Amino acid sequence: MSLRATYREAAGVTVVDIGGRITLGEGSALLRKTIRELLEEQRTLILLNLADVDYIDSSGIGELVSAYTGVKNRGGNLKLLHLTKKVHDLLQLTKLFTVFEVYSDESTALRSYK
Amino acid sequence: MEVTLETQVESVNLAEEMCLRVAEAAGFGEDDCYRIGMSVREGVINAFHYGNEERPEKKIYLALDLTPEKMVIHVLDEGKGFDLRGVPDPLAEENLLSTSGRGIFLMRAFMDEFQVIPGRTGGAEIIMSKRLPSPGSAGSNGKSHNVEPKKES
Repeated sequence: MSLRATYREAAGVTVVDIGGRITLGEGSALLRKTIRELLEEQRTLILLNLADVDYIDSSGIGELVSAYTGVKNRGGNLKLLHLTKKVHDLLQLTKLFTVFEVYSDESTALRSYK
Repeated sequence: MEVTLETQVESVNLAEEMCLRVAEAAGFGEDDCYRIGMSVREGVINAFHYGNEERPEKKIYLALDLTPEKMVIHVLDEGKGFDLRGVPDPLAEENLLSTSGRGIFLMRAFMDEFQVIPGRTGGAEIIMSKRLPSPGSAGSNGKSHNVEPKKES
């Protein structure tokens, strides 16, 4: 399944709803393009909703890290919401849980940007 | 089973799909199929990107063997080969924000055996295997990566 990404505004934060697989090729490229567009629009408070992302490979992990550092370098913050079990376990295995702020509730996540 | 793959992104998905079919037919459960599929993806990504340097004239060779004990996967590229000892640890503090370099780590974590040897083509040959599930088991016989959920930030 290819990646889908749409975004919306909530409490001053851009919530990006992502679905599909973030893998080498189109999936990683779409995530990169989405983040680049948001930064061009000066949207630097970003919450990636990964509820419908059921698969990420090392290329996708790299793209998430790239998005995180890109947003940080612009003075913003990128956080993660609603990890599926596979994605959760993968981030834990790769120690990226120590890097990303992860939330299971959107309201709590949005409040954390204040 | 042996197949020759083109050095292109599509080969990654193709290799994963082929190996998943074999793994399912061999009786592996969902979790192990995920780990095998991911490992094959990472092996072919490694061959595509690092081994063959994305050069389309080079090939990737994938071989699957089912023995009575395990499923063995070989991924061979036409690159210059590499030494596992030179691969940075992606869990080291200074590498956590690296955007690459996690493929070898994932293959090692998800498979029961993993090694890299000089390939007959001069490149690297990744050999990795997963023990077959014992009859009557749930099919998940490999290493467990069950982890406790992190407390919400």
